[in-house]
Amino acid sequence: MRSIEVHEVSKRYRLRGHYYVTLRETLAAVLRRNGVRSKRDFWALRDVSFTVDEGEVVGLIGRNGAGKSTLLKVLARITVPTRGVARMRGRVGALLEVGTGFHPELNGRENIFLNGAILGLKRADIRRRFDDIVEFAGVQEMLETPVKRYSSGQYLRLAFSVAAHVEPDIVVVDEVLAVGDAEFQRRCLGKMSQFAQEGRTVLFVSHDLGAVARICERAIWLEDGEIKHDGPTNRSIDLYLDARGERAASVEFPSEPDKPVQLLSVGIADEAGALMDTPQRDEPLAVRTRFLVREPLRALDVKIYLMTRRGIRVLEENLSDQQSDAACGSVPGEWEATVVVPPILAAGDYVLGVAIRSPYQRFVDQEVLTFRLWPPPDERQESVDRSRIVQPGVRWRVESRADRPTG
Amino acid sequence: MTRGADQVRAETAASGDGASAVRAAGTQPGAGRWLENRAVDGWLPRLDLAEVWASREIAVVLALRNITIRYKQTFFGVAWALLQPLAAVGIFTLIFGRLAQLPSEGIPYPVFVYAGLAIWFYFSQSATLASESLAQYRELVTKVYFPRLLAPVAAIVPGLVDLAISLLAVGVFMAIYGVAPTGAIVFLPLWLVALVILTFGVGTWLSALNVQYRDVRNALAFLLQLWFFASPIVYGSSLLEGSWGFLLALNPLVGLLEGFRWSLVGAPFPGPEALVSLATGIVVVASGIVYFGRAQRRFADLI
Repeated sequence: MRSIEVHEVSKRYRLRGHYYVTLRETLAAVLRRNGVRSKRDFWALRDVSFTVDEGEVVGLIGRNGAGKSTLLKVLARITVPTRGVARMRGRVGALLEVGTGFHPELNGRENIFLNGAILGLKRADIRRRFDDIVEFAGVQEMLETPVKRYSSGQYLRLAFSVAAHVEPDIVVVDEVLAVGDAEFQRRCLGKMSQFAQEGRTVLFVSHDLGAVARICERAIWLEDGEIKHDGPTNRSIDLYLDARGERAASVEFPSEPDKPVQLLSVGIADEAGALMDTPQRDEPLAVRTRFLVREPLRALDVKIYLMTRRGIRVLEENLSDQQSDAACGSVPGEWEATVVVPPILAAGDYVLGVAIRSPYQRFVDQEVLTFRLWPPPDERQESVDRSRIVQPGVRWRVESRADRPTG
Repeated sequence: MTRGADQVRAETAASGDGASAVRAAGTQPGAGRWLENRAVDGWLPRLDLAEVWASREIAVVLALRNITIRYKQTFFGVAWALLQPLAAVGIFTLIFGRLAQLPSEGIPYPVFVYAGLAIWFYFSQSATLASESLAQYRELVTKVYFPRLLAPVAAIVPGLVDLAISLLAVGVFMAIYGVAPTGAIVFLPLWLVALVILTFGVGTWLSALNVQYRDVRNALAFLLQLWFFASPIVYGSSLLEGSWGFLLALNPLVGLLEGFRWSLVGAPFPGPEALVSLATGIVVVASGIVYFGRAQRRFADLI
C-alpha cells in the first residue's frame, strides 16, 4: 500500500531585494502604477515525482540547497507547491531541523501538549504518554521552563521524543543528527530502526551518509531541485559521491586572516613526503596536513579520519594520543603534521577529514578531500567495488586434494 | 468535501474511545487518511473548515496560554480588566458627559459609556492580538502544518474573559444608577456572537496583512484611534442624524454597539442604518476569510 505519493511537484520561490516589504511602500508603488520591485525566480523543486510504499525507509541525499528541505516542507504541508501534488497517508511525525512545532515562549509542558495537538492527538492521549515523552527526552527538571532557555540538545531531545511517541504512520526526519550528543544520536537512530521494523514509513534526510546507508534500503539523490537518482541506497550514494567530489591528491585553502588557526593544505603523500596522485593500497600512505597558527593556544590537537563512501569511519587518529604536549599549539607559525598509515586499507574511495581543536574550541572540522586507493597493477581493478574495509595483503593458497587420501 | 467529512468521522471515532483508537492507529500503520498538498489553481482559496474544527485543540492550547499569562496572578488580572475601563469611564464621563454634554440616549452617561467600552476593549484588544498572532507563531508556521486560521481564532478567545468581567461591572453600574434591563436582554448573546464574528473577520485581515507587511502594527494603532472616535462609544448615534448617519454606519461597529446597548441598557432600537453596518460587517468577515485563505499559501515563505 502506498504511503507517500509525490506527483510532478515543482516549487518556485520569488526572491525579493528585501527581507520584507512594507504596506506603505506597496501602496506607494501601486499609486505610482509600477511594480513593487523586480523579482527573481528560483525553482527549489522541478518536476519531482516518486512514491514510497508503506514500511519503506527512504533516505534523501544531496548537497545543501539541492531541494531536500523544500521537498520535506511540501510533504509536511508547510508550504504549497507551485505545481503538482504531494500526499501522505496517516499521521505524520515530522522533525524538520531543530525543535519542530515548538513555541519558544511556552514551557516544556505546554509545548508537549501543543505539539501533540498539532500531530493530531487529543489532550487525554497526550496526558497518557506524557511521562514517557518526558523520560525519553530527559527534561524532567525543565518542564516549567520556556523552551527558549533549553540547550539545543534538550530542545532537540524533547522534539524527537514527542514525534517518536505519537505513534506516527510516517516519520519525517531532517538533519536531527547534526546536534545532540553521541548517546542521543544513537537512541534516535535506534528509534528510527525500530519504526522501520514496526512497518512504519520513514523518510530520512541527513548529511551523514553513513547513517543513511545504515538505516535506509533506498535513497533518493536530489540535485538542483531534480531527482538525479532513485534506487538502492549504496548505488545512490555512489553516484552522488562521484558527482560531488572530483578526487584529488591535495587541496589548498584560501587565507582566512581572522581565524586563530587555519588549514593551509592537506595532501596524500608517500612516506618521503612527495604528493601522490595515484596512491596504491599496498604502499604506506601519508596524510600531510599544513596549518597556520596565528596566536599562542594551549594544547592544540590535530585529528585526521578516513571514511568509506558508505560513511563508515575506518580510521581516526589524534595527535594527542601519542604526543600529549605537542609544541604546535603554543608557538604561532606554520606547522606540518604527517600521519603515516600502514598498507592495510582496502582499495577504494575514501573521504579524508581533518579537525584541529583546543580543549575549548574547534577551529577546523571538515571533510577536505576524496581520494582513491588503487589496487596494485597485478590485481583486478574491479576489486575497488567490493564492500570491505581492510585488505591487509592476504594470500590464497589453492591445491588439488585429489591425489591425497580422504579423511 | 468528501475528504472533510471522512475526517470528521475519524475524529469522532477517536474522541469516543481515545485509547483504543490510538492503539488501532499504532498497530496498523498507514490505515489513516490521505493528507494532500496540492498546487493552487483558481482564485478562490480552498478552506477546509472541517479540518479547522478537527484541529480546534491547537487553538485551545494557544488560547489557554494567553489566558494563563494574563491571569497568572488572578487578582491583578481581574484588577487590570476592571481598572482600564473604569479609568476610561471616569475620564469620558467628566469630559464628554459633563463638559461636552454629548447625548447618551437618555441613559446615565457612565452606564452608557461603560457598555460601549466593554465592546470596544474586547474588539480593539483582540484585533491587536490577532494581528500579531501569525508573526508571533513564526516557529510553528515555518516548521509544522496546522490550519493557519487557528492562529487568529486563538487570539480572539482570551479577550472574552475580560469581556465577561466588564459585563458584570456594567451590571453593577446599572444597579447603582437604577437602570433596569428590559426584555430585550434575551438578545444579548446574539450581539456578543456578532461581535466575536466581526472581530474574527478583522483579525483574519490583520494577521494575514501582518505577515506580508511589517508596518501593519504601526498602521493599526493609528487605525484603531480613528475607529474609536468613528464609533458611537462616547456619544450616542443621535448625534449624527440623516444621511451622515448612514455614512457613519459603514462602520460595522455602529449597528453592533446600538444593538448591544438596546439589549443591555434599554437604549433605542437601532435605526435602518444598522442594516448598512450589517452589510459591511458581512463583507469584512467574508473578504477577510478569502484574503486569509489566499495569503496563507505564502505564509511559510514570507515569515
